[in-house]
Amino acid sequence: MATEGAKTSGEYISHHLQNLQVCPDESGAWVWNQCAGNPMAINVDSMFWSVLLGLVFIWIFYGVARKTSAGKPSKVQAVVEIIIEFVDGAVNDTFHGNSKLIAPLALTIFVWVFFMNLMDLVPVDWIPELAAAGGIAYMKVVPTTDVNITFGMSIAVFLLIIYYTIKNKGIGGFIAELTLHPIAPPTKGIGLLAAPLIIAFNFILESVALLAKPVSLSLRLFGNMFAGELIFILIAMLGLWQLPLHFGWAVFHILIVTLQAFIFMMLTIVYLSLASETH
Amino acid sequence: MDINLTLIGQTIAMVFFVWFCMKFIWPPILEAIETRQQQIEDGLAAADRGEERLIAAREEAEDIIKDARQQATSILDQANARANEIVADGKAAGVKERERQLVAATAEIEQETNRAREELRGQVSAVALAGAEKILNREIDAASHEDILGKLASEL
Repeated sequence: MATEGAKTSGEYISHHLQNLQVCPDESGAWVWNQCAGNPMAINVDSMFWSVLLGLVFIWIFYGVARKTSAGKPSKVQAVVEIIIEFVDGAVNDTFHGNSKLIAPLALTIFVWVFFMNLMDLVPVDWIPELAAAGGIAYMKVVPTTDVNITFGMSIAVFLLIIYYTIKNKGIGGFIAELTLHPIAPPTKGIGLLAAPLIIAFNFILESVALLAKPVSLSLRLFGNMFAGELIFILIAMLGLWQLPLHFGWAVFHILIVTLQAFIFMMLTIVYLSLASETH
Repeated sequence: MDINLTLIGQTIAMVFFVWFCMKFIWPPILEAIETRQQQIEDGLAAADRGEERLIAAREEAEDIIKDARQQATSILDQANARANEIVADGKAAGVKERERQLVAATAEIEQETNRAREELRGQVSAVALAGAEKILNREIDAASHEDILGKLASEL
C-alpha cells in the first residue's frame, strides 16, 4: 500500500505504529487519539486484541478441559495435551518446588504470548484498512509490539518473584538476598566499619539485578516483535517486491514468534524457581 | 511508546487469565493426561503379565499333553497285555474244554461199548443156549445151568 493517496512513507509508518488511544483530557472528558504523553491513556487496540486473544486461549483450552477424558482423546485435545505436556516438562525440569501456580502461569504466558505474536503474520494492512473503513483511525493489531502490554506481563511476573522470595525465604531472607550478596560483609573486627558501605554496594548491585529481570523480560519480547512488525511495514511499501519478501520474512518470523513466546515462558519459570530455591 | 494505563489493564487481564487457567484448565487436563499415562502403564504391565501367563499356560499344556501321551501309551500297552492274556486264557479254556469233552465223549463211547457188549453177551448166551439145545436135542433146564452160561458169557 505504498501508493496510499497522499501519504508519504513516513506518515504510512507512523500511522501503523500509532495506537488507538482514549484518555481523559484536562476537563475530565474522554477524548480519542489526543493522548500523547498522557499517563491515563488506554491503548484500546492493544487491550482489545490482547484480551480477545486471551479469550481465544481460554476458549480453546477450556473447551478441551470441560470435555476432557482419560480415554481416547479428540484431535483438539491431543494438540492441547501436547502443549500442556511440553509446558509441564519445561516446568518440571526447571522448577523443583511444589507450586500449583507456576505451571498454569507458564502455560498461559506461552500460549497467550504466542497468539499475540502470531498476529504479526496477518498482513500489516488488512486489519487497519478494515478498521479505517469502519471509521477507526488507528489499529495496531500486534499487542506485543506495545511496550505497555509486555511490561504489564513482566510486572506481574516481577510481583510473583518478590512474592515467592518472601514466601520461601521470609522478609529477612529477601532483604539478606538484596544486601549480603555478592560480597559478604565482615561480621567482626575492624572490617565492621566497612560493613555499611559493602551493604550499600550490594544493595545497589542486587536491586539492579532484580529490576533488570522484568525490564529485560519485557523489552526482549517488545523489541523482537516491534522490529519484526517494522520490517513487515517496510516490506509492505515495496510494491510487488513485497510478495516474495513478505513470504520470506513471515517464514522466518514464525520462528521468532514461537521462540519469543518460549523464552518469555522459560525465563518466567527460571526466575520463579530462583526465587523459590533456598540455598 | 508511552507508558500508560494499558500496563495496568494488561496486568489485570493477565492475572485473570492465569487464575482462570489455574482453576479450570490446567487441573482437569493434566489429570486426564496422568490418568491416561497410568492406564497405559497398567495396560502394558497387564500385557506383560498376560504374555507370561500365556507362556506358562503353553508349558503346562505341553506337560499335560506329554502326560496324556504317556498315559495313552501305557493304557495301550496294558490293553495289549490284557488282550494277549485274554487270548491265552481263551486258548487254555478251549484246550481244557476240548479235553473235558474228549473225556466225556470217550467215557460215553466206553459206556456205549460196554452196554452193547452186555447186550451182545446176553444175546450170545441165548444163541449158545439155543445152539446147545439143538445139539443135545433135549431140553436143558436153563435155570439150573445159568451159572455156567453166565460164566461162559463173561468169557466172551
